[in-house]
Amino acid sequence: MKARKSHFFKLQDSLFKYFLIACSLIVVGLFVAIFLMLFETSLPSIYQNGWSFLTGLVWDPNNNIFGALPAIAGTLISAAVATLVAIPLSIGIAIFFTEYAPARSKLVLSLFIDLLAAIPSVIYGIWGLWIIAPLIKTNVEQPIIGAIGFIPLFSGPAYGLSIFLAIVILTIMVIPIITAITIELLSKTPVPLKEGMISLGATKSETIRHLGLPFARLGIVAAVILGLGRALGETMAVTMVIGNSYYWPFSGYSIFAPATTITSKIAGAVGEAGGLEFSALLEMALILMVISLAVNFISRSLIKRTSKRGFG
Amino acid sequence: MIKNSNKGLSNTVYAVIAAIIIVIIAVGAYIAIDNPFGGTTNNTLPAASLTGGGSSFVYPLMSNWTAYFYNLNPTVQITYQSVGSGTGQKNLFNYTFDFAGSDPPLTSAQLATYTNIVEIPEACGGVTMAYNLPGIPSGLNLTANVIAEIFQGNITNWNDPQIQSLNPGFTMPNMAIVPVHRSDSSGTTNIVSSYLSNASNVWVSGHGNTINWPNGQQSGAQNSGVAAVVKQISGSIGYIEYFYAASNAITFANIQDHDGQFVTPSLTTIAAATNAGAPLLQSNIGNLIVNLPGSNVYPISSFTYIFVYTNMTYLGHDKAIDLANFISWCVNKGQVYGPPLYYPQLPSSIVTLANNAINTLTYGGSAITIYQQNK
Amino acid sequence: MHLLSRKRKETFVKILCFLVTAAVIIPLLWIIGDVIYNGLAAWNISFLVSPVIQGGIGNAILGTFIINGMACLFGIPLGVLTGMYLSEYGQEGWFASMVRTTVESLSGIPSLILGLFAYATIIIALSQSATDRHYTAIASALALGLMMIPLVGKATEESMRVISNDIREAAIALGVPKWIRTTRIVLAIAKGGVLTGSLLAFARISGETAPLLFTALFSNFWPTGINQPMASLQVLIYNYALSGYPNLVTQAWGAALFLALIVVAINIIVRVYTKPKYKEGF
Repeated sequence: MKARKSHFFKLQDSLFKYFLIACSLIVVGLFVAIFLMLFETSLPSIYQNGWSFLTGLVWDPNNNIFGALPAIAGTLISAAVATLVAIPLSIGIAIFFTEYAPARSKLVLSLFIDLLAAIPSVIYGIWGLWIIAPLIKTNVEQPIIGAIGFIPLFSGPAYGLSIFLAIVILTIMVIPIITAITIELLSKTPVPLKEGMISLGATKSETIRHLGLPFARLGIVAAVILGLGRALGETMAVTMVIGNSYYWPFSGYSIFAPATTITSKIAGAVGEAGGLEFSALLEMALILMVISLAVNFISRSLIKRTSKRGFG
Repeated sequence: MIKNSNKGLSNTVYAVIAAIIIVIIAVGAYIAIDNPFGGTTNNTLPAASLTGGGSSFVYPLMSNWTAYFYNLNPTVQITYQSVGSGTGQKNLFNYTFDFAGSDPPLTSAQLATYTNIVEIPEACGGVTMAYNLPGIPSGLNLTANVIAEIFQGNITNWNDPQIQSLNPGFTMPNMAIVPVHRSDSSGTTNIVSSYLSNASNVWVSGHGNTINWPNGQQSGAQNSGVAAVVKQISGSIGYIEYFYAASNAITFANIQDHDGQFVTPSLTTIAAATNAGAPLLQSNIGNLIVNLPGSNVYPISSFTYIFVYTNMTYLGHDKAIDLANFISWCVNKGQVYGPPLYYPQLPSSIVTLANNAINTLTYGGSAITIYQQNK
Repeated sequence: MHLLSRKRKETFVKILCFLVTAAVIIPLLWIIGDVIYNGLAAWNISFLVSPVIQGGIGNAILGTFIINGMACLFGIPLGVLTGMYLSEYGQEGWFASMVRTTVESLSGIPSLILGLFAYATIIIALSQSATDRHYTAIASALALGLMMIPLVGKATEESMRVISNDIREAAIALGVPKWIRTTRIVLAIAKGGVLTGSLLAFARISGETAPLLFTALFSNFWPTGINQPMASLQVLIYNYALSGYPNLVTQAWGAALFLALIVVAINIIVRVYTKPKYKEGF
């Protein structure tokens, strides 16, 4: 009797296990399918354009000449600069949160940080386009151009919609990601060590500088890379504020010039693209996907290494 | 004993959330099965939803048309997306749109590939050269050559003698010119570049839905995007369809016509162009009407078309009848809604051409019935 | 002297960090303030319940909920089941790590690409003939569901994993088969985490616009079915904001206010109910 019952249970268990495996396989299958679809659709463009796709500057559907450098450059530069600017700001907020913020304010503060991340990107876009662009143009870009506009990087004219504005918006969007993870990491600083330092007379800032940050260093790098990944893939907020100009270097290397990114170019052009242009756009998407996956993978490996060191 | 964790949500919250989800799914299913928001069922046109899109040039008029037609026939739901002529065409070729709005007619290459698409002129309008110059009102004089050089990057400042000499009445400011073009595949670009190819001897950039513009210019998507950019940037100049310029209060230029006079875009001058051009469409429905000779003819004018497949059987009976009747209504009764939006009514010879084209539409082998109210 | 300069440095750092925090909170309050201020200008009953063809956003609101609902139907079960597998059956082995890597990588794919994938498969490849193709909300459910899977999966796996093994061992001792142990016991305890993960995923996909542009496109009318183009708040905001017409831009703000309310409400609910969880430094 008991044997038959346990047989029955074993059967149920096996069925359930295989059911779960099947579901997981569906997820894996979908992932592979995405890769395959991108790859298969980009093949004509890969054959046609070869390596010059990565270095070409011209996007000409009429003559089937496709070079993706302006878009790739726009994506990499806007995401990298935004992430770099976000690092000190995020760490500053995280330090404030863990060390200096009054306990009662922490709930509200962390809610604010979550909300920054949760706001739909299209709202960032409409805010950037209609509120921030005119303000930045008159109050930030024009004075800077007036003062140091002889440097190509800061040369005018001030359009408002530019890679500069895209970087500003992206920075705001990346900060919550880095901040949240850094807060988590800093709060995992081993308490005995911290108390030891304080009992020896260290100030809070010294504790952070010599204990908290070094401990969290690897994790912060991981968080930064994760934020970079988000910035690379952002479509809406960037498209609405970057000016959509397919040109490299941005009108004389100026950050106040309009530019484009891979996501903006695809979103704008895919509706009307047929044949080889469609294939070229998906090749750009494939490149973006590979970069995003690499970034994601590096970040996750780093996070695993921090938790393996397991001080918490 | 398994402790009920404090970390979970209370049962009431679960119940509420579950209820909300159930309601959403139920509403969705109900709507999917039966449309409770449609009109009465004793209208002559069957119930159907149509999706079309394309030309932003005609969008202000087209969106009014779909609304008026819906009021007259609440069972016919037509959504038109202003995505640009190029995207509209591609979606029609792909069958993802039921009809497309396109300013440029089919090219000969396209006609060879898509032998079963009919082009029906639906409206006509004009493209303005709109600019943002503080202190300078509408009425700057521009010639085709000057416009060509501006957009090809050879005239870079508003006080260039070539511009100043055309405008003795204005003191041109010392300001960089920021040309604004279309970022998407655009029929309006096609109209302007065709005009420049025709009227200017220094325009070397060809014509088409997309142009290889020189670097460093701004761009916007659809007419609305260009209008928004021009409004924002001082010193900019962009080409936008008349309605967009007027409704956004953007100043625009007088363009030199075929006979050397500077013509202000207006309902009258655009209508003059379409009347002058109507005979041209008799021989080829896709003939352009830019830069036509005549008095007070606005040179950057164009017809705009609806593309559909001649054989509408694939759409299904209800959609085919509704679409054919809609197009017929637009071309006939709908024309009166054009002038308030700065689209002149189609000349009667063109209306005849359009009606002839509509009569070639078939369903299941026979011509589609157009009800009297839509003629 | 030495002590004084260290103290000054401490104050300096404290003030600097405070300023940085304030500097970043300001844009948040600014955005929310703008959304409320500009959005309320557009709000009235008719605006919220009429379809676009009659000048409102009602069909976009309903469309967003229907599309999100369908995405949940696809994404939540797959996410929970995969998360359950990883937590209870997948501690080691090459297959489990492959699944885990895949789920994590899925979260790294830009939403634009997921939208293109849904377009290429459902709208193009799965249509029975060329003439059968049409934009459909079902494709957007696929794209958005794919976004939900890693979020829900990770939340499920984490919440199930932190449950102490005592409970599992007690179940084994009582002779409970593994599948009942996993679903009725461990999952039941973890359901709080699963639910908050799902809510956050729901809020996340409410903010995505790019995939909808190639799948559900838009419609000016109340939805008559799910296998058709459908309106959504995100696409409406995008279209109207770029249109340039002041009245449409105001409507875009109004729609943005509604969308922001949904997202903010979900985040607040989740935060309030996981407050104890948070204090433990989760």
